[in-house]
Amino acid sequence: MNDTLRQFRDFFVSLRLTVVLLVLSMLLVFAATWDQVHLGIWAVQEKWFRSVFVLARLPGTSIPVPVFPGGYLIGGFLLVNLVSAHVYRFKLSWRKSGILLVHTGLILLLIGELLTGLWQEEFQLQLKEGESTNYSESYRFNELAIVDATDPKFDDVVAIPEKLLADGTTIQHPKLPFRVVTKEYYPNAALSMRGSTAADAPAPGALAATMGMGPRVAVMPLPLTYKQDERNWPAAFVELIGPDGSLGIWLVSSQLGAPQSFDYGGHTYHIFLRFARAYKPFSLTLLKATHDIFIGTEIPRNFSSRIRLVTPDGRDDREVLIYMNNPLRYAGLTFYQYQMDAAHGTSVLQVVHNPSWLLPYISCAMMALGLLVQFGMHLVGFIKRRAAV
Amino acid sequence: MKRIISLLILLAGLLIVGRSFMPPRNPGEFDIVGFGKLPVLVNGRVKPIDTVARTSLLVLCNATYNDADQSHFILTPDKRELTPNEWLLDVLFNAAKADTYQVIVVDNPDLLTLLNLQREDGMAKRRFSFAQIEKGLPELERQARLAEPVEPQARTVFQRSVVQLQSNVVLYLRLKESLVSSDSQDFLGDLMEFQKSLPAGVEAMRAREAGKTYDAALTRKLIENGRRFDHMAQLGYLLAVPPARGESDDNGWRNSGNALMETFQTGQVSAPVMAFAGLAHTWRTGKATEFNEIVRLYRLELEKGFPTSLSKSDAEMRFNAIRPFYSASTLYVMAFFVAVISWLVWPIELGRAAAWLVGIAWLLTTAGILTRMWLEGRPPVTNLYSSALFVGWIAVGFCIALEYFYRNAIASATAGLVGFGTLLIAYYLSLGGDTLEMMRAVLDSNFWLGTHVVTVVAGYGATFLAGFLALVYIVMGVFTPWLKRVPTTAGAAAGRSQTNGKMLESMVYGIVCFATLFSLVGTILGGIWADQSWGRFWGWDPKENGALIIVIWNAIILHARWGGMIKSRGLMCLAVFGNIVTSWSWFGVNMLGVGLHTYGFMDAAFWWLLIFVGSQLAFIALANLPLPKWRSFRA
Repeated sequence: MNDTLRQFRDFFVSLRLTVVLLVLSMLLVFAATWDQVHLGIWAVQEKWFRSVFVLARLPGTSIPVPVFPGGYLIGGFLLVNLVSAHVYRFKLSWRKSGILLVHTGLILLLIGELLTGLWQEEFQLQLKEGESTNYSESYRFNELAIVDATDPKFDDVVAIPEKLLADGTTIQHPKLPFRVVTKEYYPNAALSMRGSTAADAPAPGALAATMGMGPRVAVMPLPLTYKQDERNWPAAFVELIGPDGSLGIWLVSSQLGAPQSFDYGGHTYHIFLRFARAYKPFSLTLLKATHDIFIGTEIPRNFSSRIRLVTPDGRDDREVLIYMNNPLRYAGLTFYQYQMDAAHGTSVLQVVHNPSWLLPYISCAMMALGLLVQFGMHLVGFIKRRAAV
Repeated sequence: MKRIISLLILLAGLLIVGRSFMPPRNPGEFDIVGFGKLPVLVNGRVKPIDTVARTSLLVLCNATYNDADQSHFILTPDKRELTPNEWLLDVLFNAAKADTYQVIVVDNPDLLTLLNLQREDGMAKRRFSFAQIEKGLPELERQARLAEPVEPQARTVFQRSVVQLQSNVVLYLRLKESLVSSDSQDFLGDLMEFQKSLPAGVEAMRAREAGKTYDAALTRKLIENGRRFDHMAQLGYLLAVPPARGESDDNGWRNSGNALMETFQTGQVSAPVMAFAGLAHTWRTGKATEFNEIVRLYRLELEKGFPTSLSKSDAEMRFNAIRPFYSASTLYVMAFFVAVISWLVWPIELGRAAAWLVGIAWLLTTAGILTRMWLEGRPPVTNLYSSALFVGWIAVGFCIALEYFYRNAIASATAGLVGFGTLLIAYYLSLGGDTLEMMRAVLDSNFWLGTHVVTVVAGYGATFLAGFLALVYIVMGVFTPWLKRVPTTAGAAAGRSQTNGKMLESMVYGIVCFATLFSLVGTILGGIWADQSWGRFWGWDPKENGALIIVIWNAIILHARWGGMIKSRGLMCLAVFGNIVTSWSWFGVNMLGVGLHTYGFMDAAFWWLLIFVGSQLAFIALANLPLPKWRSFRA
């Protein structure tokens, strides 16, 4: 083996690297926790943990510069360090079994967290008592839905992710006889109705909607919010352009409740910006939302939602009770009680999809067992030595 | 001689404990203890009136009532000293008198000006009577309305004291309307009359509805009573009227006002309300024998339906008076000094005495924690206060084990430090009110509270212990030659002729191992809890991150040591830094949500945390003095 290679190997198997990486990961976690005060939990995860480098903008510019290794980089190095050190020094012996177990568990944990970062999706499902639904909604992402509602028997939906609107790309979809062009996109905006006075009219030359209810609505861009209990309400002006020219400009926003309709080429379309949806192969009906408090206090004692779960094929048709610390696991999804407004009979469930959920359990068991074995051996040895004296 | 001294120390310790176990006595003829034991439901929990008296005073006065030293806690204008129960009796039954007792803290100078108060007019320059504050109430209310919409973290110091005082005043007003109507001179007489005239009054009301002739005076009286009872029902703080269906029905407890409103349907004033009115009458008129008889009869009646509540209330009242954590903190201080002195003289005898003191204190805290668990029906750690108790308990528990093996009083001295420190923290945390709180829905799981929370907090305890042992190492090493000495005690360690320094090193290392185990397992269990209830294992939430940082830090210490990167001094420095890491996870993280949204805001606790962090950094700096400067390593 030549020197460079050996140095390379020694670097990756060294305990010194482990310690440095551990210190870096501690600093990362610490800084990220502080940053939550400003950024909110989601943005922090993207910025600090689900990234190779933590980027910060140069003051006064929008040029991002890496300022710290991100979660993926540190985690990746830790993984390489761990695996290579164990391969290099591997020796099967009872004395090392605890250490081996702990570290194998840790490797699994890191892989599990990586997969979670890649695969996990979270949605919300809001229900009123008596209401049924077969989809959940994202509370961070939105989509532009264009629905061909010509046939009363079914809808033909084209859903365009918000990200494409934000990028301003021209969207051409085989199901749509027109292109969708984003004229302007606001990640967060407030809407208000325009009065009829001249002062309320849009400034001449400014971008304005020409179709639907857009001309009557004023849009006021807002800064992005990172508060945990608030969401951003994007809005956009989109122009639809057919082969023989523009159909007009629509204002779309998830705050505009009803879809806006128009006819084109003998088809009826609805256009609206909505919370990104995830459809389920089953439907849920909220039967009863209950919110108990401890008497004489404001402290919530329990939230629970009695829900009826039905699949179209009729295989499942049962009632379930979802309450705190008791989620429903069904079809690879976990439904847990999130918010509750029993006075208005509404309940919000969080829906989580995480195919790698079992990995942490396995790794946990391994690590706990490993530590017990290792320190147990130390302890027994210590007590024996003491007793021998 | 030496033996006698150590026995005397032990005896002193036992005396301190024994004295606190004396049963509470009535200060006069009135059976105030018996009254204090009666159960009521407040803040979701059935508890003795005694607890309500103590916690209300705690909140109003911002200080704890000490049974052993009760001088000048509450003084009446004629300079009589009151126990919390006597004070509460006056608030409940003789409000005009209670209004003159100076119990409400007003600290903020701007607020004092607003209320037209001079510091000099207050007891201890900060406590004022309701009568003194009353004139300023409209203005206080206006200010509170201005301050309340502001997010709690963003409030200025003035706004926070306004909101605090406003809520204290509301508490006081609600207490007054709990059992009887505070503006009635003779509530018992009023009720008797009400009871007697009720049938006729109802008749008159019906006649009025039907448009027939009716007795206007009677209906007026009835409506007036209805208004008054409704007012009591709205305000009444103590849910003192027990449910008709007995113990199983916690939601059935009502306040007097609620029970009186029911009278319009039942036609009969309920017995408990009558009993309270009777107590009020006898208390105001000074008829002790009758008062005591009503207490006895009321209790007898409760024994039929509420035996468990009564026995718990009795126990809780004793527990309040014994204050095991207070005595334990005294013992810890004694243990610390005895242990330190044992390094100078009489190592065997004094070392043993210190260990005994630690043992007694630890048993006392154990008993206290067990009692709390029994009262609450919960695992040991349910809130920040109980976590402080448990951190101390676990750390001292480890110390006792260490002392058993090493017998050199190092662990006893450290136990004194950690035990006292955590109990002091617990004391400050207890100033918020009743520490036996109800659990919010998401935390309402005894299994996870018992596994995850307990292990994580045990991890805090172990990490702190390692840090404090390291502090002993640094201080004794820099300032004394003690580290290189081989102790002369008869313990097992003597046979191996290890120096104090070496022994401390292996102690710290061993405890760090335990800390790693607990914090890792605890953090992971937390992840499993999160996955079980929320469908995600890890959410990078501040508290989770705090726990993770402790795990990582302990792992750093272990790996650095295995890799030979640190020797004994490095180990000590890292262990001391563990104190910072743990205190941040324990308290700092909780302040994040609060303290950092607005940089102007600095909670008192935040300053203490900064001071603690600063002191630990100073110790680390001290440890980094070159070895020849350490007295223990001087050639």
